[in-house]
Amino acid sequence: MLCLNPHAIEAGQTMNTSEKTRIVGAPVLRKEGVQKLLGQALYVDDISREGMIHGATVRSTIPRGLIRSIHYDERIDWDAFTVVTAADIPGKNHIQLIFADQPCLADGVVNHCDEAIVLLAHADKHKLREAMAAVRIEYEALPAVFTIEESERREQIVWGTDNLLKSFLLEKGDVDTVWANAAHVVEGEYRTGAQEHLYIENNGMIAEWSEAEGVTVWGSLQCPYYVHKSLLAVFDLPENKVRVIQTETGGAFGGKEDFPSTLAAHAALLAMKSGKPVKMVYDRMEDLAATTKRHPSRIRHRTALDKNGKLLAMDIDLATDGGAYSTLSSTVLSRATLHSPGPYVCPNVRIRSHAWATNTVPYGAFRGFGAPQGIFAIECHMDEIAVALNMDPVELRRGNFLHDGDTTATEQVMREPVILDQLLERALKESDFYAKREHYARENASSAVKRGMGLAAFYHGAGFTGSGERYLNSIAGLDVTPQGKVRVLVANTEFGQGTNTILSQIAAEAIGIGYEDVEMAPADTRVVPNSGPTVASRTSMVVGKLIERAGLQLVAWLREESGLEERYSASEFFAACARYGAAHGEVVSLCRYEAPPNIYWDDKTYRGEAYPAYAWSIHVAQVAVDTNTYSVQVEDFWAVQEVGRILNPILAGGQIEGGIAQAIGYALYEKVILQDGHMVNNQMTNYIMPTAEDVPPIHIFFEEIPFQHGGFGAKGIGELPHDGPAPAILNAIRDATGVGYHAIPLMPEDIFAHFIAHEINVETVSA
Amino acid sequence: MRGNPDAHELIAPGNLDSVLELLAKEPSEWTPIAGGTEIMVAHAAGRLGAKKLVSLWGIDELRFIKEKEASITIGAGATFRDLRAHPGIGVKLPLLAMAASWIGCIANQSRATLGGNLVNGSPAADSSPALLVYDAEIELASVRGRRRIPYSAFHTGYKRNAMLPDELLFAVHLPLRFAEQRHYLRKVGTRRAMAISKVALAATAWLEDGLIREVRLGAASLAPFPMRLVETEVALLGRALNAESIQLACAALQKEAKPIDDIRSTGAYRKRVAINLLTEFLTALATEGQGR
Repeated sequence: MLCLNPHAIEAGQTMNTSEKTRIVGAPVLRKEGVQKLLGQALYVDDISREGMIHGATVRSTIPRGLIRSIHYDERIDWDAFTVVTAADIPGKNHIQLIFADQPCLADGVVNHCDEAIVLLAHADKHKLREAMAAVRIEYEALPAVFTIEESERREQIVWGTDNLLKSFLLEKGDVDTVWANAAHVVEGEYRTGAQEHLYIENNGMIAEWSEAEGVTVWGSLQCPYYVHKSLLAVFDLPENKVRVIQTETGGAFGGKEDFPSTLAAHAALLAMKSGKPVKMVYDRMEDLAATTKRHPSRIRHRTALDKNGKLLAMDIDLATDGGAYSTLSSTVLSRATLHSPGPYVCPNVRIRSHAWATNTVPYGAFRGFGAPQGIFAIECHMDEIAVALNMDPVELRRGNFLHDGDTTATEQVMREPVILDQLLERALKESDFYAKREHYARENASSAVKRGMGLAAFYHGAGFTGSGERYLNSIAGLDVTPQGKVRVLVANTEFGQGTNTILSQIAAEAIGIGYEDVEMAPADTRVVPNSGPTVASRTSMVVGKLIERAGLQLVAWLREESGLEERYSASEFFAACARYGAAHGEVVSLCRYEAPPNIYWDDKTYRGEAYPAYAWSIHVAQVAVDTNTYSVQVEDFWAVQEVGRILNPILAGGQIEGGIAQAIGYALYEKVILQDGHMVNNQMTNYIMPTAEDVPPIHIFFEEIPFQHGGFGAKGIGELPHDGPAPAILNAIRDATGVGYHAIPLMPEDIFAHFIAHEINVETVSA
Repeated sequence: MRGNPDAHELIAPGNLDSVLELLAKEPSEWTPIAGGTEIMVAHAAGRLGAKKLVSLWGIDELRFIKEKEASITIGAGATFRDLRAHPGIGVKLPLLAMAASWIGCIANQSRATLGGNLVNGSPAADSSPALLVYDAEIELASVRGRRRIPYSAFHTGYKRNAMLPDELLFAVHLPLRFAEQRHYLRKVGTRRAMAISKVALAATAWLEDGLIREVRLGAASLAPFPMRLVETEVALLGRALNAESIQLACAALQKEAKPIDDIRSTGAYRKRVAINLLTEFLTALATEGQGR
């Protein structure tokens, strides 16, 4: 471990994030790393409670229909099982999220395959399979809708009155005045598929119920207070009768943002009815078939440019497939909308966006949250425009980049520095972009393997969209334990990305003590305040700032009331804390979210400060397309980004690498195959994710411009790297083959189909 | 784990004779399990029908590799890790060593056996194309004795083979007459590692005076079981290697290959890629000249 000298730090030094720091910015080890390495970290399936039994879920086998009856086969001794249906729900039969349209258990009607209908529990989990097979559900099937196009046609209304989960209209200037006089108008349609999170640990939950204590759940989850809110409604209990505790969580990527609310309610219903603790842990097949995935999208661009390639108008029609219930589709659509114009200046923009209901498992949060879809479309479209205008795609982008003082599509003025030109130059230089592009253009003619270079430029808005952070009104802070440790009090969770570590670094830095003097309070709703969900690349920036402020506030209190000197050691700090605790009964410093000044946002017109800060990035991909096998290998990858201050260089680098690897899967490997609305490749043998052999070397470069309203200058980082790889890779494939593909996942079979359709003679090519 | 362990019986007699006696006494009742890399996956997914399992793991009589002057014999219980580590196989049967390195991951290779791979009979089996082009022979054992059949006659249909209910796959015999021949093996999987093949093609060939004197082509995923591409071989035998004969071979393969659409790929893709691989092999052969 790094030597973290806690002595004689001048407090107040940390007020200015541009100054030198001791712990922030250092590659300290993960807070929970040793426990994970030694196998001491307890995941939900490692935990057992006295008398605990196991739960399982009987799910719908059809995509849409009425439930006519439920039969329990007599060959099973049902007295030995706990059986729960919608009729057993004491409160409201819905999962409370943004809306409340999704039932906790299907009651009379099913709207997607693998929807939960009956819950079973038994002490012997091997007995559950046979019992599940002995529950026979009779349906009256209804016609189902599986695609955006079918939903748009509204021949079947499967949600609300019009199948429309949410829509937005964003307008800047007037696009319709531009088309007639523009030198160029370029159109294109782009599609993205679903994607599964593939967290290592599947969803899992343990629940207990008692009259006195109410409901307690332990589980693998991102957002304890989302689960809390949802359980209040299902059980009709007061806030103090529901307790949610996060267990060590093996990855999430957004996949444990909303789904754990459903699983927690299921386990708790079985616990209430059986009077015993109930564990429910999904296996991979169930997790893949029944839980959320990334929203598929279809995005149409119509773009007007002048004769020099300056953007004059962008008309964007954006549609997502939301699945059977609204879940998070409205906010995903919002982020997709706000990222779809790309990092460019354009005087006239119109974005019409719609999230459509279909009879599939609801799509949900996934790293990037709509941005990867929007950015895929605009960044492929920019290369399409470059071809149409016979321009270099690099110069087309450079000529239209946002700069300080420019306004975005929502008329947000870029008040923070925007250094896209600098990032682009670095990316071109580090990847040797032009030289390689020319080299491959020469070599490709005589080779069966065609190589190419592609690029994508993008931003990712950090934190909740628009007024989101103000509505969240997060509260977070610190307390001091009797054992002499500062504890970070947040509901923000660790699921591999480094929350524990960076927040501990921030607390130690702000107070002027050692990293080892700080620990995390358990993510337990009885212990920690609601500091908001662990989503939206908000933890470093928003929650980090709250912890920084709480630390400085505590030091100020101790100076005022407990005789803390201007300069102090860690032991002097804790001695002052003891004096403060004796006077006040406890040492707790909490801070509430304060929006940065001059923030204005109008939810109705979608105008104003869409995000408090943006992270910026350029990705460059080098690919090889084998014309014998039609397969694409990403051979090398460069990522240059500005994400504010880097709190921990190892974790930051890990976020970038992991996001790029995951997005390579999104672009080239991962395909969710649905048949009649049921995922048929719900095993890791046939849902193909890239292995280490398929992921190239990834070269990562950070430029740091501290953001004063983020924790020690940090902006968001976690989602950004998932935004760029797909378009950079498809643009590189275009460079290699001359073919612009417009849909992902782009499988070898798709490239083959294109070759055949266009009669590209492979034998000649390879000879 | 969707399977219920209580629903299965597993015995481990520990020697070959006891296993053969069991198979003779209750033919078709017992399913042999060696490394379990296929059977345990089926069990985990809750689709293992076999109720009675007899373990072959740890039976030394089955786990051996014997190298002689003119042949290498591999016991059915040899793992793919054994195959990869064997110097003779690496030098004299390089396609088999290469195929062994492509099977699953190191953990799979340490458990999965050559016999298991063949008896499982997947159309996509990784070891099969190499064995086909090396003229492998299969030795079957039962209480009635031993018999040998060519590997090319072993598979008789999708997941069906020429074994009788009381027989066990004992060993695979590989003649060492291919060292001087031209070798080719390419697997096109869903990704670069830990992948099931979408199509694979192996080849050995011998040219003399510019004419193709011998050629063997073995393919995975072009039919319900791994097979020699006999029609395609016939189209090439005795001919000079040139654009015309390559075209004839491709036309023969176009007819002979009967791949299907499934969850991993399409029949049209598989057929075209097989033709491309064949072209790649033959073109390289033609370019590199008269080498034996």
